[in-house]
Amino acid sequence: MADAARKAWDTARRSRAARLERARAVAPERHVAAERVPALLEAILEPGDRVCLEGNNQKQADFLARALLQVDPARVHDLHLVLSVLALPEHVALFERGIARRVDFSFSGPQAVRLAQLVKAGKIEIGAIHTYLELYARYFVDLTPRVALVAALAADADGNLFTGPNTEDTPAIVEATAFKDGLVVAQVNERVDRVPRVDVPGDWIDWVTVAPTPSTIEPLFTRDPARVGEVQVLMAMMVLRGIYAEYGIDRLNHGIGFDSAAIELLLPTYGEALGMRGRACRHWALNPHPTLIPAIEAGFVESVHAFGSELGMERYVAARPDVFFTGRDGSLRSNRAFSQTAGHYACDLFIGSTLQMDLAGNSSTATTSRITGFGGAPNMGADARGRRHPSAAWLRAGREAQGDPRAMPRGRKLVVQLLETFREHMEPAFVERLDAWALAAQLGMELPPVMIYGDDVSHVVTEEGIANLLLCRTPEERADAIRGVAGYTPVGLARSRSAVENLRDRGIVRRPEDLGIDVRQATRELLAARSVKDLVRWSGGLYDPPARFRSW
Amino acid sequence: MECLVFELESAPAPGGRRSPVVVGVVASGNLEVLVEPAEAAGRCRVEVATTAEGFREIWEAVLRDFAARRALAGLSLSVNDAGATPAVVGLRLDQAVEEYLGGA
Repeated sequence: MADAARKAWDTARRSRAARLERARAVAPERHVAAERVPALLEAILEPGDRVCLEGNNQKQADFLARALLQVDPARVHDLHLVLSVLALPEHVALFERGIARRVDFSFSGPQAVRLAQLVKAGKIEIGAIHTYLELYARYFVDLTPRVALVAALAADADGNLFTGPNTEDTPAIVEATAFKDGLVVAQVNERVDRVPRVDVPGDWIDWVTVAPTPSTIEPLFTRDPARVGEVQVLMAMMVLRGIYAEYGIDRLNHGIGFDSAAIELLLPTYGEALGMRGRACRHWALNPHPTLIPAIEAGFVESVHAFGSELGMERYVAARPDVFFTGRDGSLRSNRAFSQTAGHYACDLFIGSTLQMDLAGNSSTATTSRITGFGGAPNMGADARGRRHPSAAWLRAGREAQGDPRAMPRGRKLVVQLLETFREHMEPAFVERLDAWALAAQLGMELPPVMIYGDDVSHVVTEEGIANLLLCRTPEERADAIRGVAGYTPVGLARSRSAVENLRDRGIVRRPEDLGIDVRQATRELLAARSVKDLVRWSGGLYDPPARFRSW
Repeated sequence: MECLVFELESAPAPGGRRSPVVVGVVASGNLEVLVEPAEAAGRCRVEVATTAEGFREIWEAVLRDFAARRALAGLSLSVNDAGATPAVVGLRLDQAVEEYLGGA
C-alpha cells in the first residue's frame, strides 16, 4: 500500500508537460513555421524515444522526415522508429546518422536492398517485420509512439486535419499517440480557414506546420491495360470460371499486379458472358484501381471500401458516391486499418500474385539480399479464424476442406495465389525451398519471411491450370497438386504423370479444357480496356491519369 | 544466340499444303513463329533461335508435349525467341498452328 501510494502514476503525462515546456521557446503557437521544425523536434524528442514517422503505403510525411534528419545526433539519437512503410531514402539515412537505431515496420519496398545492407553493417536493429493490422495493433499494446509525425492535406487554426482521399494510417497513429500522453506534429500542404471535413480532430494534434512542398504520394495501384498479356488473360479466364463463378464470390479483395488487373478487365466481357453481373463481385475491399472502372461502369460493383486512394481517381470517385465511401465534402475517405479489417473478416476471397512457392504452398516475395516485408496481403490472405457469419462461398470452401459431412460445420476463406510458372529471365516460380530460408539465415531472422502460409492457400493458379488445395487430404497430395500446375519448372517436370492424372479425375487439378476454356480465346480482345486511354473513356473523362501513364 | 533443332513425332497434320504463316513478334519476352510445309512428311521439324541460352531441355519438353497434343507431322516450325516464358511459347505455338490450319 505504501509503495503504491508513493508510486507516480502519471510519468508520461509529466514527461509530456516537460516537453511542451521545452518546446514553448521554439514553437509557442500550434502553427509552427517550417524552418523551426528541426528545433521543435530537438526540443520534444529524447534519446531512445519511440517515434512514429508516418510512412504509409502511399502518403509520406516526407517534410517531417527531412526535418528529423536535421536534428543534432548528439542530442537526439537511438530513436525507435515505428512506421508501416519504410519507403524514403530519408528513412534509411536516419539510421546511417545514428538518429534512429531500431525499427518496427511492415513494408520497405524501394529501400529493401539498403535495409538489408544496414542490417549486415549492424547499423539498424529490426524489432520485427509485421503485417499492417498487426503493427497498428501493437501501437495500442506495446509499441505506442511517444511522438508521432504525421501528414495531412490541410489544417485550420485549431489544428483540425483534412487528409483528403489518402487518410490511410493517420487516424490509427494519432489515436494511439494522443491518448497515451504522446505528442503529435502534423505537416500539411496548406492552412485554411475551414477544413472541408475533419478527418482528425484538432485537440489530438499539438503542432501543425505547412510543408514547403506537398507531401509525396505514389500512384501504386495503376496498371496500364496495354501491358496485360495473353497469359494473364488466360489465367483470369480460369479464375473467373473455375473459382469466382463456381463459388459465387461476391465479397473480395484483389492484390496489386497485372494478373489481378486482368481479372478486373475481364469482368465486363467474360464475366458478363458467364452471367456474373449482379450475382458476383459486388462488394470490394480495394484501393480505387483504375482497372476496376469498366466493371463499375458495367454495373458489377456495388461498394468499394479503400485502404488509400489512387492518384487521378479523385473526380471519378467523387462522382460515384454510391460505390465509394466519401466525406460530406464529396471526396474519398480511406482508412487502412478499417479496410484491412474488412478484407480480413468480411471478404470471402483474396487473390494475389506471388514470386515464389514451395511444395507446401508457402509463398514469398522475399529474395536474397532484400528485406521487402509484408504490407497487407497476409491479413487478407489468411483464413479469418474469428469469423462466424456464413456465406455460400465460405461454407462451400469449408466443406471442401473438411471432407467429412459429420464434422462441425465451419467455413473457410478462399485464398488464391496467381503465378506464372516462370518469372522474367526464366526464373522458376516453383521451388523445393523458398529463398526466404536463405534470407533468414543470412540476416539472423528468427522467422523466414513467408507472405502467405501454405495452409491458408485454397487455390494455386498458373497458366497450366488450377490446383484446389482444399481438396487435398495429405501433404503428399498437396505437393502433387502443386507439381501438377508447375509447368516446365524443375518442380513441375519432377511430377508423376499418373498422380497428376488421378488428381485431375478428382477435380483437384483442372486444366483450361477441364473448365471448358479454349486457350485460343485468351487474347487481348477480351479486355474491356486495352489502354489507359480506354479507361479514361470508360470513366466518361472523369479519370485523370498521372502524366507517366499518358502516351497520347 | 542459340540455335536448337528438334525432329518431333506427331500425328499427320490435316489437309494439304497451305501458305506459310507468321504469328507473334520478336520483342522482349515474346517470340515469332513461322509455320510452313516441311520437306519431309511424317515428322515435324522445329528450329528455335533463342536469345536465352541453356534451356534446351525445357524447349524439348515444351515441344514434345505440343507435338503429342496436336497433329503436326508434315509441318515445319521456325521460332525466333526473345526470352519468352514457356507459358507464352505454348500459347503462341497453338495460335500459329491454328492460323496455318485456317482455324480448324
